[in-house]
Amino acid sequence: MNDATNEQGPETGIRLTEQQQRARRSRSIAIGVSLAILVAIFYIVTLVKGPGVLEHPL
Amino acid sequence: MSVTLAEPRVEPCIEPSIAGVGDYIALMKPRVMSLVVFTALVGLVVAPGHLHPVIAITALICIAVGAGAAGALNMWYDADIDGRMARTAARPIPSGRVQAGEALAFGLTLAGFSVAVLGLLVNVVAAALLATTIAFYVCVYTMWLKRATPQNIVIGGAAGALPPMIGWAAVTGNVALEPFVLFLIIFFWTPPHFWALSLYRTDDYLRAGIPMLPVVAGATETRRQILLYTLVLAPLGLAPWLLGFAGLAYGITALVTGAVMIVLALRIRAEREGHAACKQMFGFSILYLFLLFAMLLVDRLIPAMSGHFGAWS
Repeated sequence: MNDATNEQGPETGIRLTEQQQRARRSRSIAIGVSLAILVAIFYIVTLVKGPGVLEHPL
Repeated sequence: MSVTLAEPRVEPCIEPSIAGVGDYIALMKPRVMSLVVFTALVGLVVAPGHLHPVIAITALICIAVGAGAAGALNMWYDADIDGRMARTAARPIPSGRVQAGEALAFGLTLAGFSVAVLGLLVNVVAAALLATTIAFYVCVYTMWLKRATPQNIVIGGAAGALPPMIGWAAVTGNVALEPFVLFLIIFFWTPPHFWALSLYRTDDYLRAGIPMLPVVAGATETRRQILLYTLVLAPLGLAPWLLGFAGLAYGITALVTGAVMIVLALRIRAEREGHAACKQMFGFSILYLFLLFAMLLVDRLIPAMSGHFGAWS
């Protein structure tokens, strides 16, 4: 392994604190759950309404 | 020819967000959301016809999310005045837990999804009403009326009164007199409810520069207006029974609770010191609206359930 890589200074850029990492993780889980609920709603409604699920009589 | 390169513009560094899921739920104003869902459910149950339970639950989820979107957009726009009021200073944006841009993006995303899903899976009329409700609450009430006129909550109250019509439209695909009566009940309930609160929070509204009626016209005029609106509200509460889409149990409940509302409004009118009657009115008005709509629900569900169980015997 090239030593020059290891000799670079400390990592630059934004470093998240533990609180920020926890918050980001909780937000990611919430977005995942919300998307799963949305998929489940479309799936179940399609089962209920049949193939014409998006058709509405005007 | 020499070219001078402009100095790179240094954008202010925005701290990574510390907003948790609870902060985003708070942005959606869950207590307001629960009232919206409840009144929409009543509109949905009172409506003639049948809606598959799955579609009904989908409609209620969309209405709840739409209400949450309106709440988030309201908090985004009102962050400056929320920070100056004791009642709202701890909200996610003024307290610094959520950035304004995050709330705006969150509100717009929820609004778009709720209206689109309601339109695709339930019907277009209900979706149009939900879009109107969100737009009215955010653009007409929050951005315009709230800071411009003491009639802010009177006209803006229309947004809070629309959910029963959305529930009705989810079942029937149109609107009719019955949901309009429910709309009127909430519409005339809103001013006494909020003015009772604003009478004992006047300093807050004054500090925030919001022209609520007690700030602009004074406490005496506000007390008079509370009485006038309550005198319209109490008979209006009887209308579902008089028009025949609610039973006697509802009629008796509306009569008794309407009388209590008038007594409380008279006590507010007579009150010269302290805010005991205002606090009672604020608390009881929530119970009043809950009881009226709960009785409408009971009125429809009990015959349906007795018919269901009757078929089993």
